[in-house]
Amino acid sequence: MRPEDSRDGLKRYWRRNLVLTAGLLFAWFVVSFVVPAFARYLDFDFFGWPFAFWVGAQGAPIVYLLIIWFYARRMDRLDREFGVAEGDEE
Amino acid sequence: MSSASQQAFSARLWSIFAFYTVGFVFFLVALAALEQAGMSRTPMGYVFLGATILVYAVIGITSRTNDPTEYYVAGRRVPAVFNGMATAADWMSAASFISLAGGLYAGGYSGLAFVTGWTGGYVLVALLLAPYLRKFGRFTIPDFFGARYGGHIPRMLAVAIALVCSFTYVVAQIYGLGLVTTRLTGVEFEIASFLGLAGILVCSFLGGMKAVTWTQVAQYIILIAAYMIPVVWLSVQQTGNPLPQFAYGQQLQKIGQIEERLLADPAEEEVRRIFRERADTAIAALVDPAASFERETARLRQAIELARTSGDREALKQAEDALAAYPARVDAAVAQWRSEAALAARVRPLVRHAEPFAGATEADRDTARRNFLALVFCLMVGTAALPHILMRFYTTPSVRETRSSVAWSLFFIFLLYFTAPALAVLVKYVVYHDVVGTSFSALPGWVEQWRKVDPAVLSIMDVNVDGIVQAAEILLGDDIVVLATPEIAGLPYVISGLVAAGGLSAALSTADGLLLTIANALSHDTYYKVIDPSAPTAKRVLISKVLLLLVAVVAALTAAQRPAGILHLVSAAFSFAAAGFFPALVLGIFWKRATGLGATLGMLAGFGVTLYYMSRTQPWLRELVYGIPQEMPVTDLWWGIEPISAGIFGVPVGFAVIVVVSLLTPAPAPETRRLVDTIRYPRLPP
Repeated sequence: MRPEDSRDGLKRYWRRNLVLTAGLLFAWFVVSFVVPAFARYLDFDFFGWPFAFWVGAQGAPIVYLLIIWFYARRMDRLDREFGVAEGDEE
Repeated sequence: MSSASQQAFSARLWSIFAFYTVGFVFFLVALAALEQAGMSRTPMGYVFLGATILVYAVIGITSRTNDPTEYYVAGRRVPAVFNGMATAADWMSAASFISLAGGLYAGGYSGLAFVTGWTGGYVLVALLLAPYLRKFGRFTIPDFFGARYGGHIPRMLAVAIALVCSFTYVVAQIYGLGLVTTRLTGVEFEIASFLGLAGILVCSFLGGMKAVTWTQVAQYIILIAAYMIPVVWLSVQQTGNPLPQFAYGQQLQKIGQIEERLLADPAEEEVRRIFRERADTAIAALVDPAASFERETARLRQAIELARTSGDREALKQAEDALAAYPARVDAAVAQWRSEAALAARVRPLVRHAEPFAGATEADRDTARRNFLALVFCLMVGTAALPHILMRFYTTPSVRETRSSVAWSLFFIFLLYFTAPALAVLVKYVVYHDVVGTSFSALPGWVEQWRKVDPAVLSIMDVNVDGIVQAAEILLGDDIVVLATPEIAGLPYVISGLVAAGGLSAALSTADGLLLTIANALSHDTYYKVIDPSAPTAKRVLISKVLLLLVAVVAALTAAQRPAGILHLVSAAFSFAAAGFFPALVLGIFWKRATGLGATLGMLAGFGVTLYYMSRTQPWLRELVYGIPQEMPVTDLWWGIEPISAGIFGVPVGFAVIVVVSLLTPAPAPETRRLVDTIRYPRLPP
């Protein structure tokens, strides 16, 4: 690989990382702040719980777990794709 | 370290902790058998206390080390799953274990701010900080400030903020330790705090991070078992389903029906009216205590005279008793009026458990909503900025392992946090169903027992003298929901002991992490990096150990004073960490243009604004700073935001100052930009 290719690749890696991070932070923002902000209106029945209450007690932590798990998986793939994974020799 | 030896190491850990877990189960079964055979409570408490401290001491002694990499970051070879468990134990303090469910019981929806806040922070840790800090790969969080922003000033500022946050927090842990130890063994609180201290020191003193890591894994196993067993049992009793998290919806609906009945009950209304009258009388008396005291004693004497002249012996005796029961001095009367005035807090009508932002008016509800969102924000950002948590992510073997380690951390934390709302609802159902509406002569056994222990933990008084318990007559402390669950569920005492041991583990593990953070900030960042950079490694580790001992003793001495004010400030530690650290950490990684001066001023401004707001609005701190008595009402809240969420102002100010000052100062040197590049990529190709 030529040096400029690799520099270009690094830039793209970082941009892909930023896009992924921003997207996941958006999901985090929605469950953490948007749902509670409208909690008084989101009181429809959700398997026996008022929806907003369930999101605060169970839903949001589940979403957080999924976000972190998904990020770890995607970044591992991205590391390998761009040849920046640890222990990778070219 | 090669991957083969890392795998062998991991396999050995699995077998050690599997063995430990089996041993732990046998220990419980043996104690249960002894209880059946007639072992009484106090010796059982000592066995629990002794056994847990013995386990930690064994881990501490076998992990003793003088090597800095082992001492500061556990040799950087903690597998993701184990680091996850250690982080979970490090993170979940006495407050999470004991008080979270109580807060949810009392607050209903508003308590959920702690559930989302304390779990959602890990998204920020995972996405914005942990992998990059691992790649940076030094020993402490102030190390990052020193390297990224250059020079001693950012480093020392980080040390100062870390000390403020961690010290208040560790005092609260030792205080919690003292409380649980007292309950478990019956020894005095001051002695109990020092016993707890011994438990902390046996593991962190000899082996630093290495010992603390393995102890925290062991502590996590105890605390999660202690939390789950009673809840699962309670859930089976009430719903027939062993998974409380999925079953408590139906109990929540039943609570909703009972709440509607209670809201329409005139007896509940009457109790609240009596509370209001008593509080109003006391508040009026407090305006001029000397005159009120004079007037009231004069009135009582006059009543005696009147009874004496009328010749009614019964009335005379009553009047004399009334005077004897009345405080003899003004200050005693003032104390009594103060506690009566506090009844004002119990005047508010019942809050529906699932109702978000309850309030009498639209404006009240709006303020409640703003405070909820602000608190969630501060808890999340604060979680992502507390040094004792971030430090844990230095200990994994690679960036890759760090990423999955954050996922494991949240998973292990999640197990407790998504169970707590279920526990709160199950206990509330018991209270509403079995206690409210029964006669005072037929209270359940657990109520009678806990009433005797401590009126601050559980008090029920027949305020309207009708012989029936009204919901408004019950006062439950935050601690009792978790501590009394085994008795509510009718489990043997061995489980109560286990729950107390779980609380002990939660407090010990957090205190360990905090003490290491403080001692390392003083020894590594202050002594080695600033005062004597040529210190040999053995001396560095030795100094760390001595400082750890000193800090621990100072913290225990502080806790033994039962400092009410510091306990109030613990929740404020999140706001301080958020405003002081978070902007400079995140911008340091994601914005190469952030300069040292920008970061320094930004940290000062963010921390300063938070401190300023808190000092004006937090009654205890306000008295300390401005000398305004705590009873005076707080009048200058900004947008009605409570002091606990002061970080909501500090964090944006911190970001803004860093950006503006950075743009006004020359760009950082090329080597700083190269450092940021190395942090951003797990492996930077040449």
